[in-house]
Amino acid sequence: MGRKLLLDKAHIEGIRYYDTYRSNGGYAAAEKALKTMGPEAVVEEVKKSGLRGRGGAGFPTGLKWSFIAKPEGVPRYLVCNADESEPGTFKDRYLMEFIPHLLIEGLLISSFALGANSAYIYIRGEYAWIPDILEQAIAEAKNKGWLGKNIQGTGFDLEIYVQRGAGAYICGEETALLESLEGKRGNPRIKPPFPAVKGLWGCPTVVNNVETIAAVVPIVNIGGDEYIKFGIGKSTGTKLISACGNINKPGVYEIEMNISVEEFIYSDEYCGGIKGGKRLKACIPGGSSVPVLPANLLLKTAKGETRMMTYESLNDGGFATGSMLGSGGFIVMDEDQCIVRNTLTFARFYHHESCGQCSPCREGTGWMKKVLHNIEYGKGKMSDIDLLWDIQRKIEGNTICPLGDAAAWPVAAAIRHFRDEFEWHVKHPDEALTRNFGLAHYADPLPLPEPASV
Amino acid sequence: MAVVQFSEEKLNKVKEIIARYPAGKQKSALIPVLHLAQEEFGGWLSAETMDYVAGILQITPIEVYEVATFYSMFNLKPVGKYLFEVCQTGPCMVSGSDQIIDYIKNKLGIGVGETTPDGMFTLKTVECLGACGYAPMMQLGKHFREHLTPAKVDEIIAECRAKAN
Repeated sequence: MGRKLLLDKAHIEGIRYYDTYRSNGGYAAAEKALKTMGPEAVVEEVKKSGLRGRGGAGFPTGLKWSFIAKPEGVPRYLVCNADESEPGTFKDRYLMEFIPHLLIEGLLISSFALGANSAYIYIRGEYAWIPDILEQAIAEAKNKGWLGKNIQGTGFDLEIYVQRGAGAYICGEETALLESLEGKRGNPRIKPPFPAVKGLWGCPTVVNNVETIAAVVPIVNIGGDEYIKFGIGKSTGTKLISACGNINKPGVYEIEMNISVEEFIYSDEYCGGIKGGKRLKACIPGGSSVPVLPANLLLKTAKGETRMMTYESLNDGGFATGSMLGSGGFIVMDEDQCIVRNTLTFARFYHHESCGQCSPCREGTGWMKKVLHNIEYGKGKMSDIDLLWDIQRKIEGNTICPLGDAAAWPVAAAIRHFRDEFEWHVKHPDEALTRNFGLAHYADPLPLPEPASV
Repeated sequence: MAVVQFSEEKLNKVKEIIARYPAGKQKSALIPVLHLAQEEFGGWLSAETMDYVAGILQITPIEVYEVATFYSMFNLKPVGKYLFEVCQTGPCMVSGSDQIIDYIKNKLGIGVGETTPDGMFTLKTVECLGACGYAPMMQLGKHFREHLTPAKVDEIIAECRAKAN
């Protein structure tokens, strides 16, 4: 069994409520941080832990914190990014729904470290029932003296507020999120200035993902040195992976970043193998924005090494033969899935979610959607495949925010690894409407399991 | 046409929301207040409703229109009493959302974006709602309905009809 740091107590009846959370070691880290450590020591501990942003970008959290400007007399803000919208990702939802106090405690410690007296949780609007859970946890914490004025007699003040979005993937991008929190359209800002200098209402602001903030609690509890023992190299600690698609056991798993992709997919502790005894065709290991990999490149790197569930190993080979850990949205596709159709749904998604500020993204995502639609519905031309490649090249790197890249990468990877499936759609338009291309040579390198004896 | 006016209770809620932000930053309350308004005034935002919200937040109407038209959860035209928002993005698609959408269309006799003649149901397709492990799924009001099958869709429709009667 893998060790857990975030979900180790998730199974405890009533852990959603303060008393149970507290009696199971909750708020011990907050007590330690506020009473014995001080802000600088907390930042140092987070730096030492090697914690990297769990929202997808993987930027070192301690470093991000150290950038926050501290002008005299100007308030600082901590904003928790709970706008979880990357297709395939549903881990933060789980954390907030089942262990809300872990997030509240993390926010308390992080705000203390940053010197912020107000923190906002910006949660996607569709998670409409979760703000009630969070607000109840906040009220309980306040009632017990963990929020409000002069917390536990330390002189530190903190209020936490929950704000709902209203349906916009782009608001997961930190500057778009800040715009939205200010009551505007979610148009990303040009950086610099970065939020650490000029963020919410022009004040120094740190925006961190839910899981990142929650991870601060075990880091303070066990110390950065212990935290790095969970994982390999720069992939320290544990990571929540939300697994979905054609697997036996979809759900949220906390993994130590030292297991192989093969173990994650096939072991009963995690995904439990491919549903219906089918074979693995492809997988998008880190949310819809990261490159899709065919089974043979997923389980082993191009060099033939075992692919691990770490930032580095999933990225081994760059985008030519690798992918990314991203947000941990792990989407598995079996032999019956159509890569063209799947890519079309993502192209449609990004077109729908583009804020429209930058022409390459606004126009390019629409073109990609139309061209992919034609190929999927039997009206494609061979030149369309090159056209798609050309469009995605012209989006990538040419937009204010990373949504452009996020829209370009899935299309590029699908063509890079599954070009013959696209060509088959063009050459056999009628057949492609009635059946899928199948596994072809994207062979699942694993032997088929023995048929169960009746 | 009913007058657009929050109750005393809702106005207090608005005040409570505005108090979350520093003085003069009441525009930050716009999205939460639009959610309140949509719940309160028939499930959608009419021009009158948006103008009313602009008035109570002391911002210009255009600032409200800009936001209301940007976010997909705000309905700019009337919807049925029950809004089925079925996810159709990749992870749901590989788990059979296309078939569920077709089933609902046939069962209710409406297309995507349409409302049943009795004003009871509206069908919308939406992009990823963050329930990929429990696909196919849809949002119905405040909650998600997950692991959808045709039988489950039948149950949900029956449940809505029973509630409406």
